[in-house]
Amino acid sequence: MRQKTKIKYNQDRLYYIICYTVIAILTLVVLYPIIYIISASLSNADSVVQGRVWLWPVDINLDAYKVLFNRKSIWVGYKNTIIYTVGGTVINLVITLMCAYPLARKNLRGRSAIMFLFSFTMLFNGGMIPNYVLVRELGLMNTRWSLMLPGAMSVYNMIVCRTFIQTNIPDELLEAAQIDGCRDSQFFFRVVLPLSKPIIAVLALWYGVSHWNAYFNAFLYLKNQDLYPLQIFLKELLVQSEQMGETEMVLGNSGSISQNLYVTLKYCVIIISTLPLFCVYPFVQKHFQKGVMVGSVKG
Amino acid sequence: MKKKNTSVSRGITKRDPRKDWELYLFLLLPIIYILIFKYVPMGGLVIAFEDYKVRKGIWASEWVGFENFVKFFQSYQFWRVLKNTLILSLYSILVSFPLPIMFALMINSVRNERFKKITQTIVNMPHFISTVVMVGIVFMIFHCTNGIYGNLMHAITGHYPKDLFASPEAFRHFYVWSAVWQNFGWDSIIYTAALSSVDPSYHEAAQIDGASRFKRVIHVDLPTILPTIITMLILRMGSVMTIGFEKVYLMQNSLNLSASEIISTYVYQVGLSADGTGDFSYATAIGMFNNLINFILVVTVNKISKKVSETSLW
Repeated sequence: MRQKTKIKYNQDRLYYIICYTVIAILTLVVLYPIIYIISASLSNADSVVQGRVWLWPVDINLDAYKVLFNRKSIWVGYKNTIIYTVGGTVINLVITLMCAYPLARKNLRGRSAIMFLFSFTMLFNGGMIPNYVLVRELGLMNTRWSLMLPGAMSVYNMIVCRTFIQTNIPDELLEAAQIDGCRDSQFFFRVVLPLSKPIIAVLALWYGVSHWNAYFNAFLYLKNQDLYPLQIFLKELLVQSEQMGETEMVLGNSGSISQNLYVTLKYCVIIISTLPLFCVYPFVQKHFQKGVMVGSVKG
Repeated sequence: MKKKNTSVSRGITKRDPRKDWELYLFLLLPIIYILIFKYVPMGGLVIAFEDYKVRKGIWASEWVGFENFVKFFQSYQFWRVLKNTLILSLYSILVSFPLPIMFALMINSVRNERFKKITQTIVNMPHFISTVVMVGIVFMIFHCTNGIYGNLMHAITGHYPKDLFASPEAFRHFYVWSAVWQNFGWDSIIYTAALSSVDPSYHEAAQIDGASRFKRVIHVDLPTILPTIITMLILRMGSVMTIGFEKVYLMQNSLNLSASEIISTYVYQVGLSADGTGDFSYATAIGMFNNLINFILVVTVNKISKKVSETSLW
């Protein structure tokens, strides 16, 4: 018996050692590129290109950041991204809540038909070209609306929100309010909204991040550079220039900047575009995870 | 007033729609939105059956029936893009589906809360990196002269390696493994959540019977999250054909096109790209073919799972 417990103990110890080691390695694999990018953006450009940067910054200087912040296009992109993120998220939240609240009522007539109308769009859609034609026909081409209206509501998020309202706002509350003569709209503003703060926070984060990171619609619908979000500039700088070797063209020609500095410049744009999300993320990650779990509860 | 009360207290019985007019008012805007931005494009699919000319518009363009579809099925591009789409998608599922499950099972065994929290925070972080930046990071790190890869190979072998992005074989690995790097932590959240519902008394009972920690993972933890795994697998299998345009397009170049041209990028290439033919009808037909297959897949997979495991999405 004693022998047996000992074997078991040893087995467990081996299992735990493997567990912790694998998790630690995976974490380092995730962490290393992030640290490298930060270090490279802060290092002397020649050191980066010659491969003297491995983990920590070498010959720290902020030249690349200085060059970057002198580019008007970066500021324009930043401003536009903020407009799209804030405006788009507000529209998203309004429409999503307006849709989720009535559909959370189990006794609403026509509820399942309306639900079908919405959920069917998750299974089938028109696709790229019909959407493009629609945006053009509506005259949204080359306007800020083209980035905020076509995705005004995600049906998946709406269902998550509806499930939350259904499970968190008891029917008795509604009945009591109705006995007191409370109308549906009053109930929405005075009871449902205040009680839905957690899910509203989650949805705002989800929608906000997706607007911040989106490039596809801007890529299809915008031609005017003054309307470009940050991601389009990033795409031209990080991806296109990589394919064609034309970094100078994207940033505008300036003979005083060495070829090597362009390499560090790329690390810098990654940092300045991703930093806002990374700064906010540790504080809100709880909410994100909560949202994933609400979403996994079937309604 | 009293009448109203009784109708409410009946609970689930449907209410008189006239009393709910405010609720329908709430639904008005969302329904208008969904009709305009989701159903109108579905109607717009008719251009797949036409020879659509911008000048003539949808109504006046010439009707050609299934000509565009036949043209696609007979073109040599058909098998190429279909094959590329399926390989990329299945490779992606094969790798990125089991990893988060294993990670969740391991992190669930960790008893040190601090270690758990720190590692989870770190591995979840890359999820918030945008596609554009993600592709940029891959390009830079694996750059054959400036990146970590190039410099490392230079330090070891003495000369710079070949450009990996010029190789069609490397494209798939880059696509799949960068996605794994970005999402394995995030994708494991749903499983860690499911694992938190494991009844501790099962573990105690198994421990008394002398089961090691590893055995308890296999026989207690895993069965508990099996329904979640199946649901997630249905979702993934159903989306085999919806592999996203964005990342593939960004990683594409003229040298890896033989592996990287998938259906959605081909639709763009045919219909909208500057060097394409601008053939909207043909592009729509290709896109519609993709969507139809996808629709059939989701419905079928869901039916099968309903029979097999009584787990389904609706």
